[in-house]
Amino acid sequence: MSIALETETGGPQGGRVLTRWQLFWIKFTRHRVAAISLGFIIALYGIVLVAEFVAPYGPFERNTGHLLAPPTGIQFIDNEGQFHLRPFVYGLKNELDRTTFQRHYVEDRETRYDISLFVKGEPYQLFGIIPSDIHLFGVEDGGRIFLAGTDLLGRDLFSRMLFGARTSLFVGLIGLSIGFGLGLFFGGISGYFGGAVDNFVQRLTEFLQSLPTLPLWMALAALVPSDWSPTQVYFGISTILAVVGWTTLARVVRGKLLSLREEDYVMAAKVSGVSETKIITTHLLPGFVSYLIVHLTLAVPQMILGEVALSFLGLGLRPPAVSLGTLLIDSQNIQTVTLSPWLLVPGGLVILIVIAFSFLGDGLRDATDPYRS
Amino acid sequence: MSIEAKAVEAVPGAMPEGTDIVLSVRGLKKYYPIESGMLRRVTGHVKAVDDVSFDLARGEVLALVGESGCGKTTLGRSIIRAINPTGGTATLRIDGEAVDLAHADRQTLRRLRRHMNMVFQDPFSSLSPRMSVRDIIGEPLRAQGVPAAEIAKKVEEIAQMCGLNPAHLSRYPNAFSGGQRQRVCIARALVTNPVLIVADEPVSALDVSIQAQILNLLQKLQRELNLSFLFVAHDLSVVEHIADRVAVMYVGKIIELADTEDLYRRPRHPYTEALMSAVPKPDPDRDDETIILGGEVASPANPPSGCYFHPRCRYAQEICKTSAPALRQVDARHWAACHFAEELALSGVGEIDAQTDGEL
Repeated sequence: MSIALETETGGPQGGRVLTRWQLFWIKFTRHRVAAISLGFIIALYGIVLVAEFVAPYGPFERNTGHLLAPPTGIQFIDNEGQFHLRPFVYGLKNELDRTTFQRHYVEDRETRYDISLFVKGEPYQLFGIIPSDIHLFGVEDGGRIFLAGTDLLGRDLFSRMLFGARTSLFVGLIGLSIGFGLGLFFGGISGYFGGAVDNFVQRLTEFLQSLPTLPLWMALAALVPSDWSPTQVYFGISTILAVVGWTTLARVVRGKLLSLREEDYVMAAKVSGVSETKIITTHLLPGFVSYLIVHLTLAVPQMILGEVALSFLGLGLRPPAVSLGTLLIDSQNIQTVTLSPWLLVPGGLVILIVIAFSFLGDGLRDATDPYRS
Repeated sequence: MSIEAKAVEAVPGAMPEGTDIVLSVRGLKKYYPIESGMLRRVTGHVKAVDDVSFDLARGEVLALVGESGCGKTTLGRSIIRAINPTGGTATLRIDGEAVDLAHADRQTLRRLRRHMNMVFQDPFSSLSPRMSVRDIIGEPLRAQGVPAAEIAKKVEEIAQMCGLNPAHLSRYPNAFSGGQRQRVCIARALVTNPVLIVADEPVSALDVSIQAQILNLLQKLQRELNLSFLFVAHDLSVVEHIADRVAVMYVGKIIELADTEDLYRRPRHPYTEALMSAVPKPDPDRDDETIILGGEVASPANPPSGCYFHPRCRYAQEICKTSAPALRQVDARHWAACHFAEELALSGVGEIDAQTDGEL
């Protein structure tokens, strides 16, 4: 497909003729929520890409004195009622409640730690190659800042969420592209060649669609070797999700191709001696590329949810691997929900991501629909 | 009947020897299988095109006319191999070489594509909405591997010939009106200098005022470039304007084939007569009988016995129900498939026009 980026002067009233992509962008940005969602998603991907830098702590860095600490309150006004331009946090003291015999944390109003940017912390390697120990923000030595509290082992949940989101957001894309490739391929041959090929692919699709998803996941997950590294396991998991999940896309691609190949302009190309590959790439694919974009956008949250569900059930990633799903394993018991509700925060992030992708897909669909003004 | 005419009588519709023939079609068939049941057993065939033969001379316009569903579009598409025919031959004679298109392999076909092309009925669906007009017109040349500079030159040239403004070529089809789009289709079909053009109802989707422009353009180009046209149409006034010869089709078969003037003045097949009587006459005082055909067009999946037309024919007799008439020569350049082609005195439109129009 040739994406025409050049604009032509000398339109009907002498104005510029907008290209399809410019028109698309104008329509898309009119959908306010979708535009915001797009910004959110881009920002999120940007942040998790440099999670080591943004997170104040490492994913496995333990704060032994602060097990199950609640989220730290960021303060501007101190004990004496004085306003500080630079925000600060109080130190935490572990106290035993003599009546309930529960341990809980109280703020030590005597110790103040200023929050500062670019502080030294745990050393890391950015993108695996750039060594550094500078973190975007943190507090002075001795103090702790837990934006989302800590877990049972005293690890900072906010930092872990960033690392977990990275796993969930990125490795899922690989599985997604596998499923996308499979769907495009099977739908493509099914719709383009028709006949016996079509018949075979359609029966295969029906077979896969009739399998109950959860037991199938479980069976396939059991095939993943136990000595794989967490990343390999997640790659395996997303491949499993993809192998089962390509059927919907294949169906739609087939349907689109079946209708598009009956178009006169496809016959015109054929009669002009254009090769079949060229017909597919220049005439058929551009006909439903907008649909594919939307499908991809809506498939990402499905992939994320699939991973979260599998990991939550203990079939996907297992600790120590960090993903949004494994973070939620900690919130499986009633004690968490009553005493340490902040452990549910990763669930909130999952919801936000899924909603953002849904709105984005919605906006893209509206923008690519030529019948909406 | 001359001896020469008798010699070619064996093949209906064949032109006398010595004519510069571009395309000869012999016994062309296109059957669509009817499948039923789970196992898709073939239980019958829709004979969309059934044993059609004719010749097309260089620079000749042959019109294919008939009701909807009579197989004229399928015939055009089978000849040019937009679809694969079931049987028969369609021989294209080009550069001293004769190639059977119906059995040509992919390589041969690709090589021959530049000699033939097609103009479609609906200019709104025959242009890819995602390609600029320049790319659309140049597509056949690109498929032949012509260098880009040459394509650009050729595209501008042909666009100008077809009445398109070269300054508008980088626009997309949605910026054009129906008539302009059809000019784009014509330009694309002609860009490779073909000899054979299959025009599939090229004006029937257009406004009447635009129809005339496009028809005149087609006629001008046909004469200037000495093109052979297979002109599929159902509008008999359009056909009369452009065609040298006319083939009338009914349920997949050619039932009458003659020079336009001859056919319009004296049709030999009752079906042709009925078609002629349906041509609107621009004279309110004329009070001729319009022949209304009873019943439906026969189904090509389950055609009637004998002559396919007999259930609707007002001259039908016993023999018509049992024996199918062959397409036979009834005059020097006139073929008809009717048992009573010689006896019946059928009226066409030519006689009537002769009163007002001295030419005919």
